[in-house]
Amino acid sequence: MSLLKARGIVRTYGQVVALDGADFDVEAGQVTALIGDNGAGKSTLIKILAGTEEPESGEIEFAGEAVTLNSPAKARELGIETVYQDLALCPHLDAISNLYLGREVMRGGLLGKLGFMNRKFMRQGSIDAFNDLGATVRVLTEPVGTMSGGQKQGIAVARSASWASKIIFLDEPTAALGVVQTANVLKLIKRVRDKGIGVVLISHSMPEVLQVSDTVQVLRRGKRVATYKTADTSLEELVATMTGALDEEAA
Amino acid sequence: MTSTDRQVQTAEGILDAPKMTVLARITRIQALQIVLILAVIVVIFSVMAPDSFLTTFNLRSIVVNTSIFAVLGVGATLVIITAGIDLSIGSVLVFSSVVGSQAMAAMGAEGWGAASVGALVSIGAGLMWGLFNGVLVAKAKVPAFIVTLATMGIALGLAQVITGGIDLYEIPTVLVDTVGFGNVFGEVPTLTVIAALIVVLGSILLHRTRFGLFTFAVGSNPEACRRVGINVDRQLIWVYGISGACAGIAGIMSVAFFQQTTIGGNSMTALTVIAGVVIGGTSLFGGIGTIFGTVIGLLIPTTLQSGFIIIGVQSYWQSVVVGIFLIGAVYIDGVRRARMQRGTGRKPKHLQIGGVRIGVQQKEE
Repeated sequence: MSLLKARGIVRTYGQVVALDGADFDVEAGQVTALIGDNGAGKSTLIKILAGTEEPESGEIEFAGEAVTLNSPAKARELGIETVYQDLALCPHLDAISNLYLGREVMRGGLLGKLGFMNRKFMRQGSIDAFNDLGATVRVLTEPVGTMSGGQKQGIAVARSASWASKIIFLDEPTAALGVVQTANVLKLIKRVRDKGIGVVLISHSMPEVLQVSDTVQVLRRGKRVATYKTADTSLEELVATMTGALDEEAA
Repeated sequence: MTSTDRQVQTAEGILDAPKMTVLARITRIQALQIVLILAVIVVIFSVMAPDSFLTTFNLRSIVVNTSIFAVLGVGATLVIITAGIDLSIGSVLVFSSVVGSQAMAAMGAEGWGAASVGALVSIGAGLMWGLFNGVLVAKAKVPAFIVTLATMGIALGLAQVITGGIDLYEIPTVLVDTVGFGNVFGEVPTLTVIAALIVVLGSILLHRTRFGLFTFAVGSNPEACRRVGINVDRQLIWVYGISGACAGIAGIMSVAFFQQTTIGGNSMTALTVIAGVVIGGTSLFGGIGTIFGTVIGLLIPTTLQSGFIIIGVQSYWQSVVVGIFLIGAVYIDGVRRARMQRGTGRKPKHLQIGGVRIGVQQKEE
């Protein structure tokens, strides 16, 4: 049984039909690649499953139960985290504050009630999280705005991976990265998967998809047109399916 | 904090010593620069007028004259860190002092009972104006500049309607004698002690609590805050509320000091305070700022004014000099932000392969 199951999702923006009855499945402990050409509806689907957009129709089941993901908070309660392309970091805050943003650990007793945070605990938690994932963060106490793209990506991924207990969506996490940073993020994706979390990877890089994913689901014109086991597919087949040169509904 | 916890080790750990970033250096240097500028100003006047500038009387008057502005500056700093602005604080000060004075007059204008009620009414009125500003900014999405420009007019207009434009003089003597002109610990003016208390509490709130962190976060990237579930609207409403409450506190301090309301005397107050905040290194674009910087930024104009009078230069020169500082401060902020948007300007001494940084330095010390 799928951990997350979406069926017949429809979302339109004025005249534009972004999703036209799309299906999607996420399995626990697997990397599911979501691919498709520009405008296929990948980002819209992720936004709906992360609770930032609502579908016009369609059903979503989480762990076998029907759910309404009408806010990001609702998705987070279920253990679903998302790394957006724009990373959503606060450039003036340091890595620790960004990692714990909105989930600050407060001090005990009266001081905590007065709003004082347990910086020591959060610093150690950040060190553990970055070490765990091999994220390249140089100094924890400098504003992330001064860091390189790869470091920012590392913080954004580490943040979501630290909090996601069930599913993590990664929207093109390697798009802005160099070779080594990309390798780090892919390694990190595998580590997150090995914890039993369902990882959904949106990517335009087919070699990357083939390297890291367990299954590949292809969107075209707002519909899922194919699901492949990564081991049984090829770059040619994926590209052909994405562009519509080959139409099939695989199991 | 030891140098080792500042760093994170990874599998491909590369060695490098911990370094302050360019941004951190500029920020700290700017805070330092502003203190140095103030120190230079003080030294120049002390040398030019050794007998009259560095006297207890004169320093006391500089500090007292800055005290009311400093209280306003605490709220203004918070607002500007959220990338907002509050132009209404001068008018809210007037409105609060008017309704506070009315409350005191209604209680006979004598004794601590009347004074305390007056203070509470004044602070409460300020808080209400601030919350009103905050709701319009956060919920109605009207730009803060327009909202507070409007409430600047409305609060002053209502204060004039209530009083018929005539200042109120029925102020309890105890308030004037203890708060307005009283000293504590010998020679320290009570007004300054109150201001220092607000400044310290404001600094703790801003730099040590989650509320302060959210204030910076909302100014830095409100969308990121929304995505992680921070209630951005509520944060903004409270920040503007605090700014209004500070104006209410300043209102009762002003009444105690001047022994009357000052309906006509606060048209430039908001701009003076905002100038001090910006000279003190807080960025008008949000996300950066300190209350300490604001206090120094506010001491500069008062020190200049006092010094110019003492050395016999027309005190109008103060506005000219402050204007130049203001432009300088915003210029430095622009440079700072440009550097941040480009990413880092530093050249770290660690390994790069094919232009890609490959890891985190770690050195056990």
